[in-house]
Amino acid sequence: MVSGNSASSSSLSMKSDEDIVNNNNNLRVLVVDDSPMIRKLHDMYLKKFGLKVQVAENGKQAVDLFHFGASFDLILMDKEMPIMDGEEATKELRTMGVTSMIVGVTSLDSPNEKQAFMEAGLDYFFTKPLTTDNISFILQELNKKNNKN
Amino acid sequence: MRRQLAIMRKSLFDQGHLDEQFIELEELQDDANPNFVEEVVALYFRDSARLILNMEQALEGKPFDFNKLDGYMHQFKGSSTSIGAKKVKAESTLFREYCRSGNAEGCVRAFQQLKKEYGTLRKKLEAYFQLARQTGPMETASRPK
Repeated sequence: MVSGNSASSSSLSMKSDEDIVNNNNNLRVLVVDDSPMIRKLHDMYLKKFGLKVQVAENGKQAVDLFHFGASFDLILMDKEMPIMDGEEATKELRTMGVTSMIVGVTSLDSPNEKQAFMEAGLDYFFTKPLTTDNISFILQELNKKNNKN
Repeated sequence: MRRQLAIMRKSLFDQGHLDEQFIELEELQDDANPNFVEEVVALYFRDSARLILNMEQALEGKPFDFNKLDGYMHQFKGSSTSIGAKKVKAESTLFREYCRSGNAEGCVRAFQQLKKEYGTLRKKLEAYFQLARQTGPMETASRPK
């Protein structure tokens, strides 16, 4: 599991914007955050990359979606949320056997809290706000993962 | 009017109210979502007003619940960072340092300064978006030199 605050765009393969959008058309993303502002922001970022986005307001909503048979390629999970926080939701999803890529996105600054969140089952961790470089990196890793499967 | 808008925008960066994150928001705006930035900023002001009220109430209690205050400010700082509110973010950081060291006077001072910076930012952005609406759609975002 790797945490990162930024990804160098020079490490990414050079593709046209259209190629990137076309490659991502079948990827479904769940944005889990209690902030309407962050949900709107991440929704917009992800749609720019051609992704299909659904949002959940807290960890319990995210877990319930999976209980009811939804599936997502990528979950962007906030940590601090009411009802069920991101750490608990991540543990719950992994216990359920969910193998989606789960990326923690939070403004946590305590190394212990970050470590605990990673250990709950995250694949990656980024501090808020996400940047286009972060998303490019995440999608590159997701595509690698999907190509392996 | 476009020139006036451009000058207003530049001054927001030059005076340190906004940072590069605001430009990231502008770059997301497109013809399909022409008011995206204003909508995100409006959501920020709505969230922030609630958090500031929570913090004001928490600062009335004695002794201060520093954990609670830090929690509120953590959320506030996160939102402020997301829209590029540079000075507000800096004041939030200072407030959190005072919380963590249990410095009640420092917290009160930092909170007053934060509200001042927040109020200034809010006024300037509201004026900016009002003029932007009158001016019509802008060209793509430019990064300050």
